[in-house]
Amino acid sequence: MTSTRARDEGLYDYAHREPRLPAPENRGNDRLDIPIDTRLEMYEAQQLLRQFEKRAYDLFMQNLVKGTSHLSLGQEAIAAGFARAQREGDYTFATYRGHAHTLARGADPGAVLAELLGRENGILKGKGGSMHLTSVEHGMMGSYAIIGAHLTIANGAAWSAQMRGSGQVAVCFFGDGTTNIGAFHEALNMAAIWALPVVFVCENNLWMEYTPIDLITAVPNPAADRAGAYGLERIIVDGNDADAVYETAVRVIDRARRGDGPSLVEAHTYREQGHSRADPAKYRPPAEVEAWKARDPIPMYHERLLRLGVPEGDLSTIQQDVARRVDDATEFAKGGAHPGEEHLMSDVWADGGSAWRN
Amino acid sequence: MAQLTYRNAVAHGIAQEMRRDPNLVMLGEDIAGAGGVFKTTVGLLDEFGPDRVRDTPISEQAILGAAMGAAMTGVPVIAEIMFSDFIAVCFDLLANEIAKSRYMTAGQVSLPIVVRTANGGGSRFGAQHSQSVENWVMMIPGLKVVAPSTPLDVVGLMAASVRDPDPVVFLEHKSLMADKQDVPDGEIVDDLGVARVVREGSDCTIAALALMVPRALEAANRLEDQGISAEVIDVRSLVPLDTQTILGSVTKTSRLFTVEENPRLCGWGAEIASIVTDEVFWDLDGPVVRITTPHIPLPAAEALEDMAIPSVDLIAETITKRMG
Ligand SMILES: Cc1ncc(C[n+]2csc(CCOP(=O)(O)OP(=O)(O)O)c2C)c(N)n1
Ligand SMILES: [Mg+2]
Repeated sequence: MTSTRARDEGLYDYAHREPRLPAPENRGNDRLDIPIDTRLEMYEAQQLLRQFEKRAYDLFMQNLVKGTSHLSLGQEAIAAGFARAQREGDYTFATYRGHAHTLARGADPGAVLAELLGRENGILKGKGGSMHLTSVEHGMMGSYAIIGAHLTIANGAAWSAQMRGSGQVAVCFFGDGTTNIGAFHEALNMAAIWALPVVFVCENNLWMEYTPIDLITAVPNPAADRAGAYGLERIIVDGNDADAVYETAVRVIDRARRGDGPSLVEAHTYREQGHSRADPAKYRPPAEVEAWKARDPIPMYHERLLRLGVPEGDLSTIQQDVARRVDDATEFAKGGAHPGEEHLMSDVWADGGSAWRN
Repeated sequence: MAQLTYRNAVAHGIAQEMRRDPNLVMLGEDIAGAGGVFKTTVGLLDEFGPDRVRDTPISEQAILGAAMGAAMTGVPVIAEIMFSDFIAVCFDLLANEIAKSRYMTAGQVSLPIVVRTANGGGSRFGAQHSQSVENWVMMIPGLKVVAPSTPLDVVGLMAASVRDPDPVVFLEHKSLMADKQDVPDGEIVDDLGVARVVREGSDCTIAALALMVPRALEAANRLEDQGISAEVIDVRSLVPLDTQTILGSVTKTSRLFTVEENPRLCGWGAEIASIVTDEVFWDLDGPVVRITTPHIPLPAAEALEDMAIPSVDLIAETITKRMG
C-alpha cells in the first residue's frame, strides 16, 4: 500500500513531479535605496563566487580537487548580499557548502582554492578541506559538515559578543534540509530566550541532497513557517536577488546589533547543479531546472545594473578583473606543495602538538 | 584549611577560577537557581550573577554549541552536562566539533572549554543514569579527560582544566559526592596529565580511577594482611595519560592490575595494558589483569549494581588469585 501510494505521488521519481517554480523577477527592486557603489560591489562579489565555483568544478573534473566539494552555483546572491551587510568583525558560520561565504567575507581565493587542492598553501594547510573552510581573521568562523551543529555554535559566538558588549553579530547559513534536525530547534529557542545577536539564514534551494524538501517537511516554508514557534518574525526573501537579500540583511543585522535579538530568514533560491562532486542531478524535473536558470541571480543583476545606467563596459571590466583573479588563484593553488609530514601531527592541542601521553 | 565534601569542592574550584578570570562563564541545566541537581554549583549564582552562571533549556547540543562558539571567540566556558550518559545526546558537538576544530583549521581556533558531567554508578539509577563513560570520551583525538577521586583533586584539577587552553571533559563521580577532605586555604592549582601514587607497595601495581581509587586502596589494605604489598596509582587524567608513573611502578612491582568502572570493551585499562606489555614486557612477572564492570548495561537494583561494579571484595579476591 504505502509503496504504491508513494509511487502514485511520484515520491521515488522526483524528476516527474510538478516543477517548483521561482517567483517572477521583481523589477520593483530596481528602486530599492541602495547606492550604486554597493550594488557594484555585490556584482563583483557574485562574479567572484560564480567564477571561483566554476573553476573549482573544472579542477574537480580534472581530478585536482579530491574528495568532495559542494558548490553554491545559483546561490551567490545570498552570500554576496549578507556579506555586504556585515561589518568587519561580524561572524559568519557556514556549512560544507561554504566556499561562497568564505570568499564573500574576503578570504584569499588562492588560499581557498589551494585548500580544495589539498596543498600546503591552503587556508587550512590542507588539514580541513573544502567542507571546513575557515578564516578567523575575516570573521569566517568555520564551515561545518555535520548538519545542524553550527547553528548552536553561532549562538555561542553571538553570546560571547553580547557578554563582551562588542556589537558583533553572528550570521549563520544553512540549507532547507537542516530545519528538520533537532539542533536547529534547540538553537532557535536558545537564541530567542537569550535575545542573542545572531541571524539564521536558511538557503532554501528546494533540495535536501537528493530529496525534494517539501516531501519531508511538515510545512511549506521550512524555516519561515517555524519562526513563529520561537516568537520570531516570518521572513521570506528572494535569494536570487542580491538587493532584496541585502535589504533584508541590513534590517535583521541592525536589529541584532541593537540588542533586539535574533532573526530567522528564509531565502528562496536554487542549486543550479548537483548536490556535490559530479552529481548530474538527473532526479530533478527539467522544467524546474530551466525555470530557475532563467532566474539566475547574476544575469538578472547584470540587467538591473544596465537599467540603472551602469555602462556595459564597466561590468565587463569587473568580470575580466575577476577572471584574472581566479586565474591567479588557480596558479597559486596548483603551485602549492603537498603538505609535509610536519603538518600531520600538529595542531591537535594549543601547544601545537598532538601528544596524549608522556 | 577547611573540610570540603567532593560536592562542595566542585563549586569551590569553580569559584576560585571565576574570581581569578572575570571572563569565565558557565552554563547548564538547573545549575544557577537550583545549584545543580547534585548541588555541585550551589552559591555560584549568588556570587557571580546570572550573566556568568546561566540556566539553560534542556538542549544539550545548544549547551555545548554555545560553549564552543563562546570559547572560540575569546570567552572561556564551563559547560555542565547533567549526567554523563547525556553526552550521547550532544556527542556530535563534543566528538566532531569541539574536539576537531583546532586541527581542521590548522590552529585558527582555540577552545578553552571544560565540560563537567556527573559520571559513574552506585546510585541505583539504572542503565541511563549510571554509566562510566570515560572510555567514550577518551577515544576521541582532541579531548582531554580527567576524573578526580578526592575533594582536593577536584579543586586542583578544576583549576588546571579551566586554565588549559584545550577542551577538557571533567568527570565528577556521583558516588564520591559526600566524601570529605581537608583542603588548604588559598589558591590550589594542579596539573593535567599527572598520575599519583597514593599507596606505595612492592608486589603489584593497581591502577584505578575515580570511585575505583578508594576501593583499590581498601583492597590493598586487605591484601597487606595476606602478605601482598600493593602499590595503588590514582590515574586521575586519562588524556594526557601519565604513562611514566605507571610504567615506573610496574617496572618496580612487575605486576599490573587495572580497576575500571567502565564496561569491559575498550576501557581505559586496555590502553594501559597495551602500553605496558609493549614497553616493559620483560619486567612483568605475570599477565596484566583488568578488573572491570562486565560488558552489560548497568542494572538498577542495588543487589545487581553492586555485583556489576568492581567492589573491594572483587578487587582483593582477583588480585589474591592472580598473584597466587
Ligand atoms: C547529521 C547529518 N546527517 C546527514 C548528513 C548528510 N548530508 C550532507 S548534506 C545533506 C543535505 C543537506 O541539505 P540542506 O540542508 O538543504 O543543504 P544544501 O546541501 O541543500 O545546501 C545531507 C543529508 C550530514 N552531513 N549530517
Ligand atoms: Mg537544500
